[in-house]
Amino acid sequence: MVEALPAPPVDRRFLAGWGRTAPTPAELVGVRTAEDVRAAVRRAGGRGVAARGLARSYGDAAQNAGGTVLDMAGLDQVRQVDLAAGAVEVDAGVPLDRLMSLLVPMGLFVPVTPGTRYVTVGGAIAADIHGKNHHQAGSFCQHVDWLDLLTADGQVRRVSPDADPELFWATAGGMGLTGVVLAARVRMKRIESSQVLVDTDRTPDLASLMALLTETDHLYDYSVAWIDCVARGRRMGRSVLTRGRFARRDELPEKKQRDPLRYATSVKLSAPDLFPPGLLNLGTVAAFNEVWYRKSPTRKRDQLQGIPTFFHPLDGVGEWNRIYGPRGFVQYQFVVPFGAEEALREAMLRISSAGTASFLAVLKRFGPANPGPLSFPAPGWTLALDIPVGGSRLATLLDELDQLVVEAGGKIYLAKDSRLRPEVFERMYPDLGRFRAVRQRVDPDGVFTSDLARRLSL
Amino acid sequence: MIDALGSVGSLLLVGGTSDIAVATAHRYLRERPLRVVVAARDTPRRAAVADQLSAAGGSVEVVDFDADDPGSPERMLARVAAGGDVDVALVAFGQLGNAEQLRSDAAAVAQLARVNYVVPTVVGTVLAEHMRRQGHGVIVALSSVAGERPRASNFVYGSTKAGLDAFYSGLSDSLAGSGVSVLVVRPGFVRSKMTAGMPDAPLATTPEAVAEAIVSGIRRGRHTVWVPGAMRVVMSVLRHVPRPVFRRLPI
Ligand SMILES: Cc1cc2nc3c(=O)[nH]c(=O)nc-3n(C[C@H](O)[C@H](O)[C@H](O)COP(=O)(O)OP(=O)(O)OC[C@H]3O[C@@H](n4cnc5c(N)ncnc54)[C@H](O)[C@@H]3O)c2cc1C
Ligand SMILES: NC(=O)c1ccc[n+]([C@@H]2O[C@H](COP(=O)([O-])OP(=O)(O)OC[C@H]3O[C@@H](n4cnc5c(N)ncnc54)[C@H](OP(=O)(O)O)[C@@H]3O)[C@@H](O)[C@H]2O)c1
Repeated sequence: MVEALPAPPVDRRFLAGWGRTAPTPAELVGVRTAEDVRAAVRRAGGRGVAARGLARSYGDAAQNAGGTVLDMAGLDQVRQVDLAAGAVEVDAGVPLDRLMSLLVPMGLFVPVTPGTRYVTVGGAIAADIHGKNHHQAGSFCQHVDWLDLLTADGQVRRVSPDADPELFWATAGGMGLTGVVLAARVRMKRIESSQVLVDTDRTPDLASLMALLTETDHLYDYSVAWIDCVARGRRMGRSVLTRGRFARRDELPEKKQRDPLRYATSVKLSAPDLFPPGLLNLGTVAAFNEVWYRKSPTRKRDQLQGIPTFFHPLDGVGEWNRIYGPRGFVQYQFVVPFGAEEALREAMLRISSAGTASFLAVLKRFGPANPGPLSFPAPGWTLALDIPVGGSRLATLLDELDQLVVEAGGKIYLAKDSRLRPEVFERMYPDLGRFRAVRQRVDPDGVFTSDLARRLSL
Repeated sequence: MIDALGSVGSLLLVGGTSDIAVATAHRYLRERPLRVVVAARDTPRRAAVADQLSAAGGSVEVVDFDADDPGSPERMLARVAAGGDVDVALVAFGQLGNAEQLRSDAAAVAQLARVNYVVPTVVGTVLAEHMRRQGHGVIVALSSVAGERPRASNFVYGSTKAGLDAFYSGLSDSLAGSGVSVLVVRPGFVRSKMTAGMPDAPLATTPEAVAEAIVSGIRRGRHTVWVPGAMRVVMSVLRHVPRPVFRRLPI
């Protein structure tokens, strides 16, 4: 006799994203099996269903006011590791953190990692995330062989770039609005060591940074620049560029060659819950940036760094998002095409002269786009920066930046967004029609929705 | 949805032709285009307001609302809800009444109590129910300093506002934890249609100033605002003035 599984726990809770802005209440359902997901989707009322991974999206993508939210973290089996093919079959709730702990010692690395390893495979697909290797490897969904999608009719469909490509690509970056990803097969990257060979260059301004990236980006697997957003005038855009690739075993020092794939992470400290608002002001941030810039080497070659140091420096501090205080913060990330460098400069200028206390901005050159109608990466420059909420001018500043970005042919990254408005969003994603057509086909009644979907009339 | 920076996506004006309501819509439209629903009686002014707000960039819908028709609040909200979530709803309809007539005309008193108190409680109830289901939203109720300590010169009006104020303040508490909040606005004398032709009272203000107070009150998550802000202090003093003195005050 099979014992009946207890019904999944339901919990009414206020949910917010990583930026801790605009929380809304929903029924949070902990799901552990595909059957749990199906049952929750069937039971959903008029306010629909949203999936939620580790809530590392900044805004309102993984919340659903008055409706149901599925906590996917319980769907967390690594089903199969195919060492011969270098691929894994995993449940959607598996965090990349766990894939790394499990697979780095076997010589496999995730094909794409964001700046934090605490994201789920489902979240990585739904946002079609990109990493420091986008210019070489593309985004996450380009490394997905297939995914199992539970659609509004309760069916599970295995979709891939060959089987129902329209649905596959609409799901890539589709922010959970085509259905719930239950599992996926992901092709991993083979590595000989867990060490990255890193080159560091300090550049005095934006122009020299962009020139350096344009000329030499193709020589590296991974590349990203951190820009000081507080520096103005001639020093505007001064930055530290780090680029690298995984070291081969024979490139490691003798001692490390014995255990080349050793992988250890640690979270050292946690930011306390209640940072006073305004702790991060222009003065403290400017001081921090000054120290950070001076401390970085002007030029350094072939430095060995571990995976956490190179890829996830912020994960060393648990819940660092709390340092922005109770009002939270927003992240503004956009991409503008090559040729629109002037728009990028103008955006930097407006940000640095608005005096919003943003720590550091991250600049990266994207490679080619994929067919996903809502997938974010596109050939060009992407800039991302955190800004604490406060001051009535911020909404207007960002609206003006949206205008600049859209007129330059660029767009905003939905996984980071919490304040874009629908008309501007439509202009940024001209393939929205294709996305809507797929959604009309697989979810005509709009069962899958979220605060983000409502805000943007998606 | 009200977004991370407090910008509003849709605004419902119940009593959409009110000068204060229109000023509030304009104030929001100055920041961003948004959906504005004008719920009001079918009058030439309603059409004019709709045109004005469209010209200012709003995507405007017009819906019938008549406080003299008992079925109107439910019907109005059903129409509005069909078009999507309501982020902010302003309960702005109301009448000043003729103080002279209200002194002796019981039917007129009953009528004013209906329009200014009974129907606002009905509207508040259906709005709250709808927003509770939405899991978000802000209800803004136009109370008045006149409700704080009713004066002989317009105590009937004052008493209706006192009732409305008590209702929405209580509603606010009852909605704790639902994601929905209530902002009670207590203006002093506002130069609007309602007070046209009357001499300014002390601290007289404008619909635009009330609009500003509403928008910033919502952004800051306040539960009550006074307009102008100094009214709060003035009223807390007036509340404690002994009756014989209060009666003689020229207010
Ligand atoms: C410090 C930090 C650095 C970051 N750096 C980067 C970066 O470099 N590059 C980058 O691309 N992103 C980056 N991000 C963003 C992050 O990678 C994405 O927001 C990612 O989607 C988060 O995954 P999650 O599991 O937390 O998903 P959540 O935030 O919980 O959800 C994100 C979206 O995915 C949907 N979703 C989640 N699980 C499923 C599922 N099983 N089925 C269907 N839909 C689902 C949700 O509905 C929601 O729309 C960063 C975030 C942080 C906090
Ligand atoms: N003005 C002030 O000094 C002042 C001070 C404090 C508080 N307030 C309050 O603020 C609110 C807005 O006032 P305001 O200054 O903007 O005045 P207003 O311009 O006169 O607005 C009041 C609106 O109420 C509507 N209304 C009246 N009876 C109605 C009914 N039976 N059904 C539907 N709508 C009806 C009117 O719409 P029609 O176009 O259909 O007539 C009118 O547009 C009111 O509640 C008022 O009591 C005003």
